[in-house]
Amino acid sequence: MGEFRMPSLGADMVAGTLTEWYKHPGDPVHRGDIIAAVDTDKGSIDVEIFEDGVLEQVVVSQGQKVPVGTLLAVIRAAGEPAAAAPPPAASPTPAAPSEAAPPAAAVPAPAAPPSKSRIRVSPLARRRAAELGVDLASIRGSGAEGTILREDVEAVTAPPSGDDRNVRMRRAIAAAMTRSKREIPHFYLTSTIDFGPASAWLAQWNAERKPAERLLPVVVLLKATALALLEFPELNARWENERIELAGEIHIGVATSLRNGGLVVPTLHHVNKKPLPALMLELRDIVQRARAGKLRSSDLADGTIMVTSLGERSAELVLGVIYPPQTAIVGFGSVVERPWVTGGVVMPRPVVTASLAADHRASDGHRGAAFLATIDRLLQSPEAL
Amino acid sequence: MTRAEVKQAVLDALVSVVPEASPAQIDPAAPLREQLDIDSMDFINFVVALDDALGVDVPESEYGRLRTLDDCVDYLTPRLGGADGEALTHV
Repeated sequence: MGEFRMPSLGADMVAGTLTEWYKHPGDPVHRGDIIAAVDTDKGSIDVEIFEDGVLEQVVVSQGQKVPVGTLLAVIRAAGEPAAAAPPPAASPTPAAPSEAAPPAAAVPAPAAPPSKSRIRVSPLARRRAAELGVDLASIRGSGAEGTILREDVEAVTAPPSGDDRNVRMRRAIAAAMTRSKREIPHFYLTSTIDFGPASAWLAQWNAERKPAERLLPVVVLLKATALALLEFPELNARWENERIELAGEIHIGVATSLRNGGLVVPTLHHVNKKPLPALMLELRDIVQRARAGKLRSSDLADGTIMVTSLGERSAELVLGVIYPPQTAIVGFGSVVERPWVTGGVVMPRPVVTASLAADHRASDGHRGAAFLATIDRLLQSPEAL
Repeated sequence: MTRAEVKQAVLDALVSVVPEASPAQIDPAAPLREQLDIDSMDFINFVVALDDALGVDVPESEYGRLRTLDDCVDYLTPRLGGADGEALTHV
């Protein structure tokens, strides 16, 4: 049997509320299917499954908030016989983690909810649960000795309002950024880069193509960053347990502002391996879905470094805060016309200021400067990106 | 297409990119970027939506002519056979 668990949608996520099951026991499921919706501090996220089979058993009911890593459902693999007898519906018990596929090490194992026989419930909470149709066995009480209170019942059913979500998003950002500034010894480097070749190449490319095939400068910057990272793997890594763990693949989290405030960081996967038009299509799609609140779990997973670009708002320089446990964040300001000296001649050129904020435990200034120089070099030949 | 039809198509394209936008509250004379808080990624999606809906390919060099809702209608109507006194300069 396979296990479908509450995913981690970022290092700062500790729990999520399962708001809806799109599939039900007995339904066939396929790799990539969206089978549930989870409400997180970053908004409502559609969660995909990554195996084929049949949804055998739902363990966590709608409205329940559970920690990352909690077993949500059991999946029977294709060809596997159905379970001999279904477990009692009244007391769903999280299954033990599979030895073959353990959850991420950082994920706390969820405690089993108490059995009904020893649930402590206040009379008010019991009445409220009956009104709302909430299974008391699925709730963790916050009162003395785990007594379930009315607030606990209402907390698992109340849909978050827009204001609540903004507050929770700010709290999540605050927690991650405070941790970053407390734990990570940042160092900062900047480099102003001649963006003339890239601008000219983009203008030519876009003039010859329909709107859906046109590129924005940010996609050129992302690809140059990814290719440069191949030479500086310590910037595409995690710092955990007092050591660096290189990421291997290059998955860039793109800091994306939301119109009602806050930001999310959807991930572009394998950026170094994709041609610019494919990256542009993915970026357009993922940003639009991020702003429409339609991100999927895979959109938020696996980021190995973050890129932030604030050029849209005329900021020429952004010095980012690293998203822990990553080891670097790259920033780009707006592309602006500035006097530029080439061969002793001053001429107006479009330039962009690139910045690197890096974890000094994982890398050094010398390497960081060479990284920015590599981005500069790559941007001088945009046709090769 | 009439100006009213073009205006509706532009509003539909905007709402497809900014679902929370309220068409009735869009000031036709105010810059779209500021009042809807859209950036270049949203804007390119808007231009793609216009191309899909109306078949009008707005060159990148003319994006500046789509600054406001009125600008969009003024730019697009003559390109869609509407009577707006502007020559058909782009097909």
